Amino acid sequence: MEALRLDGNAAAGLLSEVFAGEVTTAVGTCDSCGAVEAVGAIHVYMAAGTVLRCPHCEAVVMKVVTDGERIWMDLRGLRTLELAS
Amino acid sequence: MPIISRGFKGRRRDDAPRDRVPPGQYVTDDFPVLSAGPTPHTPLDQWDFTIVGEVDERRRWTWDELRALPSETITVDISCVTKWTKLDTVWEGVSVDTLLDGVETSAEYLTVFCDGGYTTNLPLADVTGGQAWIAFAYDGEPLEPEHGGPARLLVPHLYFWKSAKWVRGLRLTATDELGFWESNGYHNYGDPWKEQRYWGD
Ligand SMILES: [Zn+2]
Repeated sequence: MEALRLDGNAAAGLLSEVFAGEVTTAVGTCDSCGAVEAVGAIHVYMAAGTVLRCPHCEAVVMKVVTDGERIWMDLRGLRTLELAS
Repeated sequence: MPIISRGFKGRRRDDAPRDRVPPGQYVTDDFPVLSAGPTPHTPLDQWDFTIVGEVDERRRWTWDELRALPSETITVDISCVTKWTKLDTVWEGVSVDTLLDGVETSAEYLTVFCDGGYTTNLPLADVTGGQAWIAFAYDGEPLEPEHGGPARLLVPHLYFWKSAKWVRGLRLTATDELGFWESNGYHNYGDPWKEQRYWGD
């Protein structure tokens, strides 16, 4: 167990500022390995910003940075995100 | 002396000299750990440090070769963009000047690369002239993996995300290439005294 790692629920507050609806049950596909996982199961690391990593291959699927007024999201590692409409 | 508990962010020290604490920062005695990913554990016999990119020829040091180079004890203040500043931290490391000695390059920038895939970009002028080190010891002890061991870059005049943990080398570049955080909201240069935290600061 990686001591510094959290689960996707730790990023739920930040992501709910961007995505409507319940984000932890949204399903993401990792662009690196193709694994499909609920956001709640994704690995979260808190550094200068928040880093979400695939629980299967540890590739970065999302980077989120906020300065309180703006939010930047790097989604290059996320092939798709399925949300309830 | 008033000491206010701030939970995991450590203690606020109100007696710190103001000319040593950049704007918007608080002083802590703790050493918070920030990690963008799992802690790599590269065995030292598989570890190397390389200088690649726009260079006359690639340079490479094994762990033993790096440790055999002249090293320095460095006492500096460090500031993290998450607003903590730590005074008088003591490191041991090899100056980047020593590693770049004799390297022919026309590059003006570099990308620092690391185990785990982290990168950060800097002007070459900011890692030369006694401003940057490859640090392998902290407080007289080998650098712990959670703090970037076996070795991290130390560039104390910029926000600490530039002092990349688990460093493995420098790629010298003709143009400035945005790193892991610089490409997603964090400031390209990161001068704590100018509060260059985010894009547009
Ligand atoms: Zn994956």
